Amino acid sequence: MKEQHEHTKARKYGMVIDLDKCTGCGACMAACMAENNVPFKKDESDKLLSITWMRVYKLTNGKKFPEADICYLPRPCMHCEGEHGHAPCVSVCPAVATDYSHETGIVSQVYTRCFGCRYCMAACPYHARYFNWWDPVWPDGMEKYLSPNVSPRMRGVVEKCSFCFHRHQLAMNKAYIEGRRKLEEHEYQTACTQACPAGAIIFGDLNNPGHAVTQIAKPDHKHGGRPMNPHAFRLLERLGTNPKVYYLSSREWVKRAGDNYIENES
Amino acid sequence: MKVSRRSFLSLIIGGAAGTALSPLPAKLMDDSAIWTQMWPWTPVPEDGEVSHVDSICTLCPGGCGITVRKVNDRAIKIEGMKGHPVNDGGICVLGLSGLQLLYGPTRVKTPLKRIGARGEGRWEKISWDEAIAEVVKKLGELREKGKSHTVACISGADRGTVAHLLGRFLTVYGSPNFIRIPSIQDSYELTMYLMQGVQASVGFDVENADFVLSFGSGLIEGWGSPVRMIKANSIWKEQGKVVQIEPRLSNTAAKSDKWIPINPGTEAALALGIAHVIIQKSMYDTNFVNNYSSDFEEFKQIVLNEFSPDDVAKITGVSASTIESLAKSFARASKPLAVCGRGQGETPGSLNEFMAVHALNALVGNINKKGGVWAVPDPDYIKWPEVEMDRVAADGRNKARIDGAGSKRYPDTRYLLDRLPDAINSGKDYPIEALFVVGANPVYTIPDSNAVKEAFNKVPFVVSFSSYMDETAANSDLILPNHVFLERYEDVPTPVGLQKPIIGLAKPVVKPQFNTKHVGDVILLIAKSFGGRIADAFPWESYEACLKKTLGNKWDKLINDGFWSDSNFKPAVWESAFSTPSGKFEFLNKGGAESIKIEGDKQSYPLILIPYDSMRLASGFIGAPPFAIKTVEDTVLKGKEIVVEVNPKTAKEFVEGRHAILSTPKGQAKVRIHHFDGIMPGIVALPRGLGHTAYDEYLVDKGINFNELIGPVEDLVSGLNAAWGIRAKLTRA
Repeated sequence: MKEQHEHTKARKYGMVIDLDKCTGCGACMAACMAENNVPFKKDESDKLLSITWMRVYKLTNGKKFPEADICYLPRPCMHCEGEHGHAPCVSVCPAVATDYSHETGIVSQVYTRCFGCRYCMAACPYHARYFNWWDPVWPDGMEKYLSPNVSPRMRGVVEKCSFCFHRHQLAMNKAYIEGRRKLEEHEYQTACTQACPAGAIIFGDLNNPGHAVTQIAKPDHKHGGRPMNPHAFRLLERLGTNPKVYYLSSREWVKRAGDNYIENES
Repeated sequence: MKVSRRSFLSLIIGGAAGTALSPLPAKLMDDSAIWTQMWPWTPVPEDGEVSHVDSICTLCPGGCGITVRKVNDRAIKIEGMKGHPVNDGGICVLGLSGLQLLYGPTRVKTPLKRIGARGEGRWEKISWDEAIAEVVKKLGELREKGKSHTVACISGADRGTVAHLLGRFLTVYGSPNFIRIPSIQDSYELTMYLMQGVQASVGFDVENADFVLSFGSGLIEGWGSPVRMIKANSIWKEQGKVVQIEPRLSNTAAKSDKWIPINPGTEAALALGIAHVIIQKSMYDTNFVNNYSSDFEEFKQIVLNEFSPDDVAKITGVSASTIESLAKSFARASKPLAVCGRGQGETPGSLNEFMAVHALNALVGNINKKGGVWAVPDPDYIKWPEVEMDRVAADGRNKARIDGAGSKRYPDTRYLLDRLPDAINSGKDYPIEALFVVGANPVYTIPDSNAVKEAFNKVPFVVSFSSYMDETAANSDLILPNHVFLERYEDVPTPVGLQKPIIGLAKPVVKPQFNTKHVGDVILLIAKSFGGRIADAFPWESYEACLKKTLGNKWDKLINDGFWSDSNFKPAVWESAFSTPSGKFEFLNKGGAESIKIEGDKQSYPLILIPYDSMRLASGFIGAPPFAIKTVEDTVLKGKEIVVEVNPKTAKEFVEGRHAILSTPKGQAKVRIHHFDGIMPGIVALPRGLGHTAYDEYLVDKGINFNELIGPVEDLVSGLNAAWGIRAKLTRA
């Protein structure tokens, strides 16, 4: 039971995104690109080739004018836990380039191990993973703003949202120096959470009842982390991927859209 | 052994076929792919000491506080400043992309003088001394000939020390033509002046409002101070209601509690219809109306006679029952607030509409009240000695303004930039001999791009102070590049729409990257070269010294905190709030009221084209940086082609995603069609902020500029541009 004991002590970082508050302004996307040295190309309108760790989707309810409605849905990596850390991408990676951390609940991506087979991209039901078809090129002089905390990726590897893991490392380093083992909630926040002007993104430890994410989503750890908050839902819940990103919406059609219901299905 | 031709060829061909069939080519290709992957062309960012600098973002008039993270002398990331009264940690796409402007390829790196034809893009690098001498020579000639009034200056702002230095220079030099970039600020300032008799900015206590009635304002799409408004929207989600009135399901409409589609351009009628119900059912604030307004009875008669819900329903397409229920919810809310100014508020609008909407605020008595509309005086810190004008300057200042602002026809309007192209092209008054552009990109942002370019071509001397090679800089004769906002000091007075006076201080975050100069310093240098009264008006040795002296005892607080706010500020009480001739609030516009007719006839142009704004596309004087363009959806921009939104009913003959030709009386463009159920039939919506002909390869030539398809329509009372759309048609490509 030693392993079990460690699991309960471990952190499990997750996110709650309030879709009622999200205005689709795109600040989370830009904050993510700026924080994580995400490159850009001349044409980014082919969204299959556009690397966006955080991508805001526009959902429509499919109704005619004037009943039409839209809702924005920011999609980072879901950092799926699956069952005991068997995230869809982790299970298929032949290079151990992506792994589930039982200490933080974060699904890692090690660029130097990745050899670009893209199995993980096929396995990910959320399209959260992107392949570098080209080497990144910054216009002359613009490399100056690149952050030393995140290595720019080379051609031929897959990349994705890391929940700004480098921020966790920096915060932990600071805590260790100060003789602590634990982080306060505000010490480790992702770039998108910090930037969101609407305060729609909340980030924290789902294992810590003191953190806002836990209080809002109320994850039921006995049942694969299902939210007990009736307004909360997860994307493609029925696939059993056990994602750690929860969404809030007061609109029924948005909640239905979150699980890819087919027409006439109850 | 004899090698025959036959055996030789067999060997070669057999060898080649064998190699081709072996794994060797694939293996070699794979190896070379892996090998080149290791080449050092992926940059390795240098590590170093981390520091943070607080400053203010000046990329829009929002005035957000920012904290810039640095590693050694490199700026790494811009984040929202925690605790700043405007944005408290939040930040928008454009603000986050600021470093791409600082380090980007669009910077003008040194003063440039045109050597080719206008707009051809051939420049000669010159020194600052030469550049300033060039300007002084030209201005000196004009002044000698008594033509000082033919110099005009277009500025992005008219508040703060930089704008004041510019204005002061024009005054002592002898020109009346200082022109601010138009926006709904113009309409709101005029509304405040005519209805309340005050010269003040308008502030909205949005955080405390509990029922917001928005007549097409893009509350969360860049209207007012964008981040602050998005924050307010989150507050409303918990304790307030928003009703959005506009023909298109914008993000604001989608996030509101109720979206009411309306025939575009009929918002004023709807406001008066709501007023009708409020008055008829006696739901107005009797204390305010009886004691603090002067012409309520006249207003009441007009509204009751001409704007019954049934009549208004016919005009607006909003049902009479909806109008009644809107009026009731508005009047019964404890802190209702009505706002207008379409989209991000970059086009002023008809005065009629602004006054009708503001009348609603007066009816419910929320003027200068918690959750209402406040008259906000400018922070009064620029106290420079009066300038002494010489004879030439006094003569020049006495000439009429080229744009007609302040004339008999438009006595109360301060700036009318949208009239400038026509004034220059028609040559009715006097020619403009020299034009200075600071913090603005009029060639891109003013409607009717062709007329604007024609006008620019008629001005023999155009000087741009732009930090970037924007459309205006590209069409100028001389570029005197300013530092970008992360390299310079600048005071930023109260952000647009804020209800309390504050001052922000933009500070240099990094050293100037190129051979640029602060525009404030350039003005001082030009003035000093003139000597005499002109030089006397500028007793400061540098802009920084001027700023420090001007801010006086606020300087230390600004350096430490990044902002100064008047914590004791309270809006004027009703007894002393109104300085109209009657000393009370005035409902009626004495100048008369006309509705705005958009350009084009219905026969040839059966549809109506309207613009829409988005937080992801900068449509002001700054072009969208690469990060921002990357966030734009493929239902807005596909490759280099712009996508327009049309109701599927209207666009029956057009397949989703296919091409069409969009034409208006002003021009035409090839577009792609996107079927969108969230837009009224008969309307085409086009995103603003695209169609740049300047800036970097990530932005240039993508889509079309809305201003190429529309021209200004003059509001008869104010002279401001009131065009909210233009007639259009779609034909098969």
